[in-house]
Parts: sequence; structure tokens; C-alpha cells
Amino acid sequence: MAFTQRHLLGLEGVPADEITAILDTAASFKEISERDIKKVPTLRGKTVINLFYEVSTRTRTSFEIAAKRLSADTINISASSSSTCKGETLADTARNLEAMRPDAIVVRHPSSGACHLLARHLSCPILNAGDGCHEHPTQALLDLLTIRGHLGRIAGLTVAIVGDILHSRVARSNLHALRTLGATVRLVGPPTLVPPELRALGAELHTRLDEGVRDADVIMMLRIQRERQSANFFPTLDEYAQYFCLTEEAVRLAKPQVIILHPGPLNRGLEIASAVADGPYSVIMDQVTNGVAVRMALLYLLIARSKAEDALEPEALAEPSRRRTGGRG
Amino acid sequence: MDSAVTGNGARQVMDARAIERALVRVAHEILERNKDTEQLAFVGIRSRGVHLAERIRRAIQEIEAGTLVPFGVVDITLYRDDLDRGLQNPVVQGTDIPFAVDGRRILLVDDVLFTGRTVRAAMDALVDFGRPQSIQLAVLVDRGHRELPIRADFVGKNLPTSLGEQVRVRLAEVDGQDEVLIETVRER
Repeated sequence: MAFTQRHLLGLEGVPADEITAILDTAASFKEISERDIKKVPTLRGKTVINLFYEVSTRTRTSFEIAAKRLSADTINISASSSSTCKGETLADTARNLEAMRPDAIVVRHPSSGACHLLARHLSCPILNAGDGCHEHPTQALLDLLTIRGHLGRIAGLTVAIVGDILHSRVARSNLHALRTLGATVRLVGPPTLVPPELRALGAELHTRLDEGVRDADVIMMLRIQRERQSANFFPTLDEYAQYFCLTEEAVRLAKPQVIILHPGPLNRGLEIASAVADGPYSVIMDQVTNGVAVRMALLYLLIARSKAEDALEPEALAEPSRRRTGGRG
Repeated sequence: MDSAVTGNGARQVMDARAIERALVRVAHEILERNKDTEQLAFVGIRSRGVHLAERIRRAIQEIEAGTLVPFGVVDITLYRDDLDRGLQNPVVQGTDIPFAVDGRRILLVDDVLFTGRTVRAAMDALVDFGRPQSIQLAVLVDRGHRELPIRADFVGKNLPTSLGEQVRVRLAEVDGQDEVLIETVRER
């Protein structure tokens, strides 16, 4: 069992055995959500703060349910109701939260790198729930768990990630983790939304949907983020749909046992046809179920590890602000 | 090399035949105490308790001509009370109770009964699945030094030990051979 991370800031650079350790732990947590009493006492007396500077339903709810199923207490803070409105900096908000002794902080922020900044200032584990266009590691991990659950492995698979790659933190986290675990990754989208630099991270780039999904084992659709399309990356939504909407016809080009993922929320008829989203190859609801298990596993692993560190290094208490800073990355 | 005295001062206190005989005796005692196998179910505590539960269950099947009682597995990792005590992150392997716990007479099985904390955690895990009619405890070795008011109903071998000693149960399913070893880890 190899798990040495102090924070979960991203999946870039996280070694394969650590990713596998997270997935194995998550797989064993799935059973808890199927019990009549969906709760274990593992994190009783621990406090998890969900600090969300962007709107989120799925991710925030998933983290909250995950913490509650482990008996942790959760507090949700959203930017609109926080003192950010009164001009407080992110670091100051975080320092004040830490003074209340939480055991982990889950952060979503519109700026890339916000979680890394917090990890430098705080000693408690930070979990990245999405930072700008950078990474969304828990989404990628739940995608991996879903793929592994359906196809039995990651190595050797061909995964087509389709849509607005440029703005997608989901695509970036998945690219890192899928490459680390030995999958072939194709990034598919209009040329304006597929940055050529990503070739350096081991991706194949495609600008045609049919080429991108041909013989793929997994098709991962991304949401067209209408809020980020102000700069005319494509002419109209209709035109985008005409070329990149995943239809049943496009699905037939992939492997016969292909599975189709989407991180949600769905734009039906824009990036994915309803017949595909609700069809036999769609594993979108499994992704949501697996999301709770993945987040339970991460809260458990990170909090247990930080407590073990506290117990093993009592002298470090003399310098709390220098403890557990940085993490990886 | 695995004879009565192994390296590092480990002393063998039970061999394969002694383990086999103890488990068959425990199987008879379980039947005697419970009269029949109606509503009986075995739950093994990961990891070696699972294999011991499976063996006792098979012994009962032989004695009672074909009665195979239901069988589950409990992983106590998430119910431990030492998360804050600096132990290594234990691997969570999952719990699998494929029958309704309500109204059952549960036989909890583990390899070594020591402080009682593992059994406490296993009972907490079990009652999260429902309300068993009763929980009984069977162990291969009771080494004493309880820290909680817990006792075993069925014991393969009572083994007086000092706190400085370690009892290791090795089973063919995971360790390649059956034996119980006792070794001194520190003076006390």
C-alpha cells in the first residue's frame, strides 16, 4: 500500500502505484454506500470544510456525502456568503479557517494554482475540487475507477477525450493519470480548443470526431462551458454540435464494448445526443456513484496520514506553520 | 527450515495437526452449544479469521452432512480506534456480508484474541448491518491481556503470554503452511 501524498492538488506527477492505491481503497468503500446504514465511524470527530469559490452541485454534494458517510462533520462555505465579498484575500480566509482546526479543506476556485497557494500556507490536507483550467483530480480518479470497473484495467486502453480541451481541468487531470497508468489518450476537438502543447504530455491530437473516436475503448465527453466561450473559439453552438456532438452514428465507430463518460452537467444535443447519454454504453450515473467512493477514500487516506504524522513527529508541533507545507507539485 | 524452533527465537506452539484438531473440536462445541445450525452464520475478521471461519464452516458441513451455513467477511479497518495514534495507514479491503444480519446467530471468528479491540471493532461493524439475535466469538488462540470486557465463547488454545511476546498465526491459504509461533519482540 503506497500512499504518501499530503494533499491532493493534482494528478500530474503522482506515481502509478499511488493512483492505484487510491482506486483500490475507493473500490472497497463502494460497499458502504449500498448498506441500509450508510455510515462508518472512521472520521468521527473530524471536521471537513468545503470552501467553494465557484458554483457546484455535484462535486460539493459528493464531497459532503463522502465526509458524512465517514462520520466527519462538514461545513460548506461558498464565495457569495464568505468574507471574500468584504475584500479578504484567499490566504487570509484560509488562515482564519485553519485557526478553527479543520482536519481537511476541500477547495474549488476559479484561479489555477489556488490550491497550491493554500497548501503552502496551511498544514491541514488540501483537496483540489477544481482550480481554474488546471486540474480536477477527484473527477479524473472517479473516471478511472469507472473505467477500471467496466473494462477491468486502464493500461493499453485507448481513451478519446472530446470537447473543449483548452479550458478543461477534467481533461488535464485525466490526461496525466491515464498516461501514468499506461493508456493511450486522444484529445479531440476543434483546433482552437485543442492546445498543441498537450502533445508534449503524451497525447494524440485529433480535430475530427470520427477519427478521434474510431476504435476507442472509452469516449469521455466534456461539457461545453458556455461561460468560458466569450472569445469566439467556434462560430456558433449549432455549428459546434454539427461537428462534435456525440451521436449514435459516431459511437458505432468505436469498439463494440465502448463506454461513454461525461462529467456533467450535460448539454443535451450540444456535445452529446440524448440517445447516447441515456443509451446502453453510457456509464454516466456510475461515475456519480463512484465519485462518492473516490472522495471517501481520499478523505480517509489524507486525514489518516496527517494524523499518523502528528503522532510520529511531536517535535514538529513546535513549528506548525512549517509542517506539511507544499506537498508535491 | 520451518521446524519446531525457527530462526529469530520464534517457537512453534501449534503445528498443522494441532490446528486441525482444535478447529474440529471448536466445530463440535459450536454445534453442541447452538443445538442446530438454523439461523447460524459465520463472519470472519480479515484477514486470517476469514480462512479460519471457512475451515470451521467446512468442518460443520462434514459433521452435519451437508449443512453449509452462510458466511461473510468483515474488515475492521474503518472501525478502529487508533486513527490518531500514528499507525500506518492500513489497507481497506472491504466488508462483505451477503446475508441479512437481522435475527441471525452470528459466529465471529478471528485468529488471535489479545486486547479485545479488534473484536470490539468487528461487533460495531456487524451491528451497522442490522440487529443480530446474538454474537458469539471463536478464536484459534487466546493469549490474554484484555483491555476491554470481552471473552471468547470457543477457544482453540489458551496460550499464556507476556506482553513482550508476539503470537503469529500462519495459515496455508496465505502463508504457505499452518502453524502458530510465539516470539519475543522485546523484554518487558
